[in-house]
Amino acid sequence: MERHDAQLRSPRRGLNQILTRGARHLAQLAVGAVFTVLTVVGSSARAEVHIDITHGNVQPMPIAITNFFADTSSEGQVGRDIAGVISADLERSGLFKPVDPHAFIQDAASLQAGTPRFADWRVINAQALVTGAVRPKGDGQLSVEFRLWDVFAEQQMTGLAYATIPNNWRRVAHIIADAIYKRVTGEDGYFDTRIVYISESGPMLARKKRLAIMDQDGENHRFLTDGNDLVLTPRFSPTSQEITYMSYFRNTPRVYIFNIDTGRQELLGDFPGMTFAPRFSPDGNRVIMSLAQNGRTNIYVMDLRTRHTTQLTNTNAIDTAPCYSPDGSQIVFESDRGGSPQLYIMDAGGGNVHRISYGAGRYDGPVWSPRGDLIAFTRENGGRFSIGVIRPDGTGERTLDEAFHTEGATWAPNGRVLMFFRETASADGRARSARLYTIDLTGTNPRRVPTPLDASDPAWSPLIP
Amino acid sequence: MYLKVLSLMAAVMLVAACETKPADTGSAGSAGNSSATSAATTNGVTPGSAQDFQVNVGDRVFFGFDKSDLSPEARATLDRQATWLQTYRSVTVTVEGHADERGTREYNLALGERRASAVKNYLVARGIDGSRLTTISYGKERPAVAGSNEAAWAQNRRGVTVIN
Repeated sequence: MERHDAQLRSPRRGLNQILTRGARHLAQLAVGAVFTVLTVVGSSARAEVHIDITHGNVQPMPIAITNFFADTSSEGQVGRDIAGVISADLERSGLFKPVDPHAFIQDAASLQAGTPRFADWRVINAQALVTGAVRPKGDGQLSVEFRLWDVFAEQQMTGLAYATIPNNWRRVAHIIADAIYKRVTGEDGYFDTRIVYISESGPMLARKKRLAIMDQDGENHRFLTDGNDLVLTPRFSPTSQEITYMSYFRNTPRVYIFNIDTGRQELLGDFPGMTFAPRFSPDGNRVIMSLAQNGRTNIYVMDLRTRHTTQLTNTNAIDTAPCYSPDGSQIVFESDRGGSPQLYIMDAGGGNVHRISYGAGRYDGPVWSPRGDLIAFTRENGGRFSIGVIRPDGTGERTLDEAFHTEGATWAPNGRVLMFFRETASADGRARSARLYTIDLTGTNPRRVPTPLDASDPAWSPLIP
Repeated sequence: MYLKVLSLMAAVMLVAACETKPADTGSAGSAGNSSATSAATTNGVTPGSAQDFQVNVGDRVFFGFDKSDLSPEARATLDRQATWLQTYRSVTVTVEGHADERGTREYNLALGERRASAVKNYLVARGIDGSRLTTISYGKERPAVAGSNEAAWAQNRRGVTVIN
């Protein structure tokens, strides 16, 4: 899997370059993966299909996603599977409404001839059309190409081709879905991403917790730890295949780094007390965390290169859940120094501490949006829990989700979608279910994220590099 | 080890004898702790054992919501714990701090540590060597009682002294 990831690493970078520069050329990569910007039929300079997602309650765009055409049955299956994943990704975003394929008039084979018969797609009310093909390359790899068409302007909006090993078709589908999302909305997608979370099983009084990882749509699920040690609050490195989290390994609760590729777990630092609530800095070079000792909890940062630790807060209170701003210049955290947990922001060096939350109740677990404009948090008020967002200056607070218990917000890398978990008590109160959900930043489109067992503490990866 | 077995046998015999007075149980180190000694006779618990501590002393104290201060009741329990620990001087303990489920994961980890430290500090103030006491917080991860009501939460907001 890792080798395959490496093969796809460059196409994404290439895609972004192409989209920003508008260049059209073929890139040949050392590892053998190839992507091509397909020749544009007509001008793509002024396509009309666009979703403005800066406003709330977007009307989903009808889009026709055809099966990717292939000459052979095995590739034909891959072509259908790719179309299915693209369709599911786009539908789940709430911004697209895939047209029922039963309504399609023009078939996949005739779409290979050149320009689609746009009238056939207009009549079924598709505004955008996705066509594609899967071909064997002879070297064991597949060539997967797609084109996105503006049905009303009768123009190709974008088109790309990827070379990949067959097992990697799912990632190619997510990358294509991201390309479509970006072309139509103007913002980066988030489909080629993964979720690390805590898988929960067993009764309330003997809960087993395991580190688990999956694609953002729940596929490719696997457990990373065996459940012998209690593990909590995993978070992705922004730059490497690593997770920082907390483990009760040897009954000593400490912050660790876990390497996804090797499965190796490494203790972070030699602290005289419990370390917890870890997060990477945006450049991936530091981990910020809390140290609890003698009833006091303060915030520390460790430089992963020098292993040098710096204490950032020094109070008798509980200072925890630290999270960097995306530019790394500031840290938001929660503290009960004022009597109850509230949100505070300080400079990355620990200075200029100021409180930003002033509503009723308690504010916990702040997480800065990758876009920098908002901070998500958990609020406890009147016996209910909610997930909300607030601007870093303390204005514009909004509630996105409210439940008996909800917490653990994490942002999609484009800052458009949040994931969190909800706990629900059984009728007699003696059992719990824990589930992952996503919700749009506008508070619309709540979706359950499928997991094999109960799930908590999700963390969204950056776009896979 | 040998003494433990011996004292256990003594306790069993005493229970079997029912009417016998607890004149001499033969247990090591229990002299001078009348409560532990007499308890052994009434419920068959070995003095100095973890069970003795749980049953006859009380291994846990409870806290108010988001609180870590010790109530008079908690202090009384910890006074008994201190007396017991002064009697059984070779025993080391782990003080566990726990929170109820009505809080977020990370805050509750810190809160559990604060509670465990409150218990430890009290025992140290009562003359127990700090090197015999370690603390650990489980936050809200290890409830003692299942349930979503104040009665369950009140029992889960606790500090538990566990014999190592």
